[in-house]
Amino acid sequence: MTTNEIINPANLVHKKTDLLTDVPMHYCPGCSHGVVHKLLAEVIDEMGIQEETIGVAPVGCAVFAYNYIDIDWQQAAHGRAPAVATGIKRLLPERYVFTYQGDGDLAAIGTAETIHACNRGENIMIIFINNGIYGMTGGQMAPTTLEGMKTSTSPYGRNVELNGYPLNITKLLAELEGTCYVTRQSVHNVAGVRRAKKAIQKGFENSELKKGTSVIEIVSTCNSGWKLSPAASNDWMVKNMFPAYPLGDLKNV
Amino acid sequence: MEEVRLMKGNEAIAEAAIRCGCDGYFGYPITPQSEIMETMMLLKPWETTGMVVLQAESEVAAINMVYGAAGCGKKSMTSSSSPGISLKQEGISYIASAELPCVIVNVMRGGPGLGTIQPSQADYYQSVKGGGHGDYKMIVLAPASVQEMADHTVLAFDLAFKYRTPVMLLADGVIGQMMEKVVLPPFQPRMTEEEIREKYPWGTLGKLKGNKKNVITSLALLSEEMEKTNNHLQAKYREIEKNEVLYEEFQCEDADYLIVAFGTCARVCQKTVEMAREEGIKVGLLRPITLFPFPTETIKKYAEQTKGMLSVEMNAGQMIDDVRLAVNGKVPVEHYGRLGGIVPAPDEVLNALKEKIVK
Amino acid sequence: MKEEIIISGFGGQGVLSMGKILAYSGLLQGQEVSWMPSYGPEQRGGTANVTVILSDERISSPVLNSYDTVVVLNQPSMDKFESKVKPGGTLIFDGTIQHVSARKDINIYRIDASNYATEHNMLKTLNMIILGGLIQVRPIATVENVLQGLKKSLPERHHHLLPMNEEAIKTGMNLIEKVN
Ligand SMILES: Cc1ncc(C[n+]2csc(CCOP(=O)(O)OP(=O)(O)O)c2C)c(N)n1
Ligand code: SF4
Repeated sequence: MTTNEIINPANLVHKKTDLLTDVPMHYCPGCSHGVVHKLLAEVIDEMGIQEETIGVAPVGCAVFAYNYIDIDWQQAAHGRAPAVATGIKRLLPERYVFTYQGDGDLAAIGTAETIHACNRGENIMIIFINNGIYGMTGGQMAPTTLEGMKTSTSPYGRNVELNGYPLNITKLLAELEGTCYVTRQSVHNVAGVRRAKKAIQKGFENSELKKGTSVIEIVSTCNSGWKLSPAASNDWMVKNMFPAYPLGDLKNV
Repeated sequence: MEEVRLMKGNEAIAEAAIRCGCDGYFGYPITPQSEIMETMMLLKPWETTGMVVLQAESEVAAINMVYGAAGCGKKSMTSSSSPGISLKQEGISYIASAELPCVIVNVMRGGPGLGTIQPSQADYYQSVKGGGHGDYKMIVLAPASVQEMADHTVLAFDLAFKYRTPVMLLADGVIGQMMEKVVLPPFQPRMTEEEIREKYPWGTLGKLKGNKKNVITSLALLSEEMEKTNNHLQAKYREIEKNEVLYEEFQCEDADYLIVAFGTCARVCQKTVEMAREEGIKVGLLRPITLFPFPTETIKKYAEQTKGMLSVEMNAGQMIDDVRLAVNGKVPVEHYGRLGGIVPAPDEVLNALKEKIVK
Repeated sequence: MKEEIIISGFGGQGVLSMGKILAYSGLLQGQEVSWMPSYGPEQRGGTANVTVILSDERISSPVLNSYDTVVVLNQPSMDKFESKVKPGGTLIFDGTIQHVSARKDINIYRIDASNYATEHNMLKTLNMIILGGLIQVRPIATVENVLQGLKKSLPERHHHLLPMNEEAIKTGMNLIEKVN
């Protein structure tokens, strides 16, 4: 078969959505960020809301999200994405506004912004990548780092006496009156990817219906930070992260 | 014999802090200074000296933890890099006003905004002119080697307690990340509560029977009161200006021209001076070690002797203001700098010197 | 004596640790040393480099724009640094690099380390092979000091790997060849 035969439209099995740009992603091979980006792009494409969607990128590995999905973006200061999104949404109430944040961004430095945006019931979607570590800065402890888990600032393992407990912030957010949909998903296998995609779509739909804040946590891997191969990271996540952060809907009104 | 070790500037700060009896460190990760907290976590000083090391949820939290610890008369510190230091400004203003001793490390990176993680000196104004609100100053030390990262950590605590004032160690990505030889300071035990009560009776260690209560505050609603606080602070700053100026001179005695540079730029310019002297141009280097207080008198003196000065900085021209104030128009003063995280090369500076000063 | 070196390659090739070992060797030789890495999210596939200065006198600038010795382990590094070798200086490149400097005023050496390491299952000590080549043509440190330096920079639990590394250094010393 020649290359031309292979790229013949008849042989097409999967087409990348046009919303994903051709910029090579900087994520480590095997990182969950890439998969979630793809899902986001597909949902926006399928719902036909490219022109009405504004994303807010965090500080963290996903800081360059704006390079990969072909929509309007704002890049917020570390932890402030929900506040930035509030500003956008309040002035453009008919647009779809979402934030895309890591666990350090959302649950450490930005805890206040996260809680108050959710408590106000901002009609936005928060996508929360929980990989239990600070990927961007080289693997320091995150609020969601598991007990006993080694990171560069917990080199002997997270010790709850010293560092407190892993923060189940999603559970906390589900308690708030302002949230309408709080769910925890993963993208480590095909079924998971399908469910995560549905959740993202629901988040956008909730925004349209002005039901309140949708929080979609994706329990994720950071193979670089965890110092494991991509495959081993998935296994580790299933074995260790899922018991602490069980998948499924925490709230759906 | 003293043990010579090879380590990064950031690691040297961590080691020196533990050794000089620091009681508490509070920080939040940010490149290029994360090794400070990482090294402390690895060394586990809570098991040896009893020092507390805590990863805070943000820089805002970290500086306020320092406020609390310092208010108890404890030796406490935080560290960050430019964007995180911006977040700390509110806390620093409160600390200066409440007259609390503490050490703040800024391993500068290129801004503005999220910027780059590469080295910069663009936080000179913010550090030296008071980055937060109100009329206050910090003592600002500018280490130029890994050895000085260690030495200045000790010095910073001494000055902080001598004057009850925040002291900033203003380094940059080069000095934080590079490894050089270093001899670490000797171990100094942490102070006991009794010693703190004796030496720093203002600390909130708990009101003992018969004692007056201690209150750490920066509030004075009556303007007359607040003016008094301000006058007191200003008098303290004049005292610091009188007593604590530090600088280094390199080949200045016979210099026709003077380069003024601090931190990494001073290292680069030392090489420029060597290159210029090989070409027969008599250049000297004045390196301010304290940026506040600034070596104004010394620069004034060199304005009598030299024909021109070049302020070399990794920013768009900030320290040059202070050089010009000192020179007061006597000789031309020009600036050369690179922006956005680029370190100027020695020959670049030499060219600039020839173009702008040695005409 | 003063030697200004830059080593540059892909993130995982052990560039920074090679520099560290050199710096430790200098320390053991009683010299002034500086080790300045490029830093950042290198783990995400970028190139990494490290500037090492060994000197009998106080070191001024730790950041340089020309070098006595340049060691490059990939093509982008070759393209970036070949012009920065001082006239009369040394350029050492890994055998996987296709396009080599055409300069006549410097000494150019090839060391086929990556290929050799792949064939002989020595990828873990690739950087030591290169280091062996480097000290063969630029005798700035002895094998003993390099090994001592390695020992200092390795955590104790890895000290059993020292003989393997010594082997790699010796391999590198034999592997390096002058090409101009
Ligand atoms: C004010 C401020 N403090 C610190 C940093 C440094 N910083 C950049 S990303 C990050 C944490 C990222 O972790 P997370 O949010 O979990 O995202 P991930 O990289 O794991 O996807 C930190 C601390 C910064 N950019 N700004
Ligand atoms: S460091 Fe972790 S979170 Fe960041 S791109 Fe790599 S695997 Fe993903």
